[in-house]
Amino acid sequence: MRKDVAFGQYYPVDSFVHRTDPRTKLLFLIAYIVALFCCKTGWGMALCALGLLTVILLAKLPLKLVVRSVRGVVFLLVFTGILNLFFYRGEGEALISWKFIHIYKEGIFYTIYLMSRLFLLVMSSAVLTLTTTPIALTDGLESLLTPLKYIRFPVHELALIMSIALRFIPTLMDETERIINAQKARGADFESGNVFKRIKAIIPILIPLLISAFRRAEELGDAMDARCYSGSSIRTKYKKLRFTYRDVCAFFFMAILMTGVFLFNSYGAALSALCVQGWNALLGLFGAV
Amino acid sequence: MDIIAKNITHTYNEGSPFSSAALKGVDLTIREGEFFGIIGHTGSGKSTFVQHLNALIRVYTAEKKYNPKKDKNTEKPVLQIGEFDLTDKKCDFNALRAKVGMVFQYPEYQLFAETVFEDVVFGLRNFAKEKPTKEAEEAAVQQAIEIVGLDYADVKDKSPFDLSGGQKRRVAIAGVIVTHPEILVLDEPAAGLDPIGKREIMELLHKLHRDWCRTIIVVSHDMDEISENCSRVAVFSEGKVFKCCTPQELFRHSEELEALGLDIPLTAKVQRALAERGVEIETDFTRDDFIAKVSALFRKKTDKGDDGSCGKM
Amino acid sequence: MDMQETESVAVRFENVKFKYDQNSRYALNNVSFSVKEGEFVALIGHNGSGKSTTARLINGLLEATSGKITVFGKDVSDKKNLFEVRKSAGIVFQNPDNQMVSSIVEDDVAFGPENIGVPREEIGERIEWALSVVGMTAYRNSSPARLSGGQKQRIAIAGVLAIKPKILILDESTAMLDPKGRKEIMDVVLRLNKEEKMTVIMITHFMEEALLADRTVVLNRGKIVLEGEPQDIFKNSELLETYNLSLPGIGYICKQLQKNGMAIRDCLYPEELAEEIASLLQEES
Repeated sequence: MRKDVAFGQYYPVDSFVHRTDPRTKLLFLIAYIVALFCCKTGWGMALCALGLLTVILLAKLPLKLVVRSVRGVVFLLVFTGILNLFFYRGEGEALISWKFIHIYKEGIFYTIYLMSRLFLLVMSSAVLTLTTTPIALTDGLESLLTPLKYIRFPVHELALIMSIALRFIPTLMDETERIINAQKARGADFESGNVFKRIKAIIPILIPLLISAFRRAEELGDAMDARCYSGSSIRTKYKKLRFTYRDVCAFFFMAILMTGVFLFNSYGAALSALCVQGWNALLGLFGAV
Repeated sequence: MDIIAKNITHTYNEGSPFSSAALKGVDLTIREGEFFGIIGHTGSGKSTFVQHLNALIRVYTAEKKYNPKKDKNTEKPVLQIGEFDLTDKKCDFNALRAKVGMVFQYPEYQLFAETVFEDVVFGLRNFAKEKPTKEAEEAAVQQAIEIVGLDYADVKDKSPFDLSGGQKRRVAIAGVIVTHPEILVLDEPAAGLDPIGKREIMELLHKLHRDWCRTIIVVSHDMDEISENCSRVAVFSEGKVFKCCTPQELFRHSEELEALGLDIPLTAKVQRALAERGVEIETDFTRDDFIAKVSALFRKKTDKGDDGSCGKM
Repeated sequence: MDMQETESVAVRFENVKFKYDQNSRYALNNVSFSVKEGEFVALIGHNGSGKSTTARLINGLLEATSGKITVFGKDVSDKKNLFEVRKSAGIVFQNPDNQMVSSIVEDDVAFGPENIGVPREEIGERIEWALSVVGMTAYRNSSPARLSGGQKQRIAIAGVLAIKPKILILDESTAMLDPKGRKEIMDVVLRLNKEEKMTVIMITHFMEEALLADRTVVLNRGKIVLEGEPQDIFKNSELLETYNLSLPGIGYICKQLQKNGMAIRDCLYPEELAEEIASLLQEES
């Protein structure tokens, strides 16, 4: 019996974001990443974080799940952050100097900046894969890449290969599990021993799996032939992605977000100054009272 | 080795949005020496259950401690096979697997070695505490290959992939029984074979039951196979044992099985159609017994017919 | 052979020989038969008798070594006809997992029509129709991975139907299914044959399924050895045994009862046998 494992990360709930066209989501992600990298102020970064939070809430995703997606790359992120922190050369006096390590005030700011940028980047990509099935992503990619057909790039073939691969992942996963179980039942041990022993232990899984994959490929080829597949130009396409009001909303949302980021880039410093002034004024007021 | 199972539960992907309860408290006892059948349709939990017998799926108490407070709606599970307590983390699962052989559906798809000999000897080498001598290995493999009905000298050096479908399946079975398991579990051993192949596999199982393994457990969809071969049968439905009795008892109430969406043997179909026509036949639902009983009725009638002139008819 | 006849014959084999490679024996050896339009023919034979080869020859997945195969009068060996032949004769294979291209049911059913260039709007209609014929409309947006074997195989049939073939070939399509799944498939196939007048060629080793056909062809070692109505074929139990085929269960019981002296007619169905036994036992002596 198959265990009904969902591969990839797709989180199956019905939401505004889930129903949005995959092309919109792909473009949205690209725009979002651009915004992240263009962003030069803390205000802008906060706005980006707020934007992502809104999308996550709209998508009805548990926040925990999105944060968990960072787990895989957390070491890389922290490592990059530490390097930056230690080697960023700021102006003026270093806060801490020890051998070759100098930590500057700007360094700390810059590191916080970089880290939040990378975290938001990873999380936003996770939101895409959590809300979009792999097959919808493939459709979206195929549609977005269509213009490349004119330079003879095999867009359709690529999309078909991807879709078949996606289709067979669960089947082959099941098969792998069945073979592993069958060999375990014959006393195979995959967990102990040195590297060589372990590699050798994989052979009884790998060979039956390969043979089965080839057999499946051959049968699939026959089945595709029998269903008149020839990859010829008369081929039509049933699935057409359609933009809806959701996509219009998404574009507006993105436009506001980007405008916000750029406005903060230009006027962020002024805004900060204004805040400081306001704060001081407030303190002054209290002092007077 | 007896198998005693109580309160076995299992949930796939626990805690994820895809979680599904496959077993919801299975109680089942299988005695040593039985030719036991397990039926139920896809998703009834029968495959999940038999994988427990081989510790391919562990009883949850073997993974984390049983907590009577937390698991208050489930009783503590019991899974005892001979001297092995499968609910105990310290159970020697490898030794258990040598004693409980498991033949999966389409076992020929697990063949991998270059020669039939190498494939069959795989399990033997894995389970051996110390490396067996070459002579001992050869003797054991030869015995296993011969009991499944193949010619040792002819096939031992052949590639298993050059054999016919039926032969491949026999080699795969030999690869499981080579360690002399006391209990042999087979999941749909006759699936995909033609009628003659099916018959041969069932004959092989009886031979194994007689000379090789004490207990045989067969998971099957084919009710004729069950009624012809099994001494007792358990019906799985929705993660539980719906009924456990002799085939005779089971098929006497065939409407229950049909309510579960399961098939019934041909003999039961005829028996029921006969009952509707006022002819009651008491049979154990094997073909031979059915034929004997009908013939006996017929003889009784013709005998009566012969001396009917002086009888009350 | 006049035009009239050519049109009503769906498939014709004339002295067809085939071998997989130069040195092997003939998988099909001088096979001639024809299938009329709207007919339901069962092809039986033990493993290696050449029955699957026959299926693959019909729509040009394999090419005959010699002899002639026509589908609605079109020569299959002519490459120009191949596309037309495949459009009119669809095959459903044994393993439902190995004939689906997409992870969504409707996309998979759409694959065939897309390949033959059916306009988009019409593909939608065809999917609707094909799924309703196999009774899977509710699963249009499901993933095949979550379906039972019988359901998957019904989707595979829908995928073939969406091309609107005139002939449906089932190459042991029920072999990997449980009894429930087998029944589902047989119900669909019978409905297609009776209601949609589709020509059906069914390759199977379940004798009970072959019983439902209009005509049964028995293959043994690449040759046709028996041909006729299933009721007649299965009465010939000794002959069947020599071809490594067994009687359907009821036929066996019936034969044994006859041997024990009971004067009952040959039966192949449980009800029929019960009727025979009951009337014999209850007849006034």
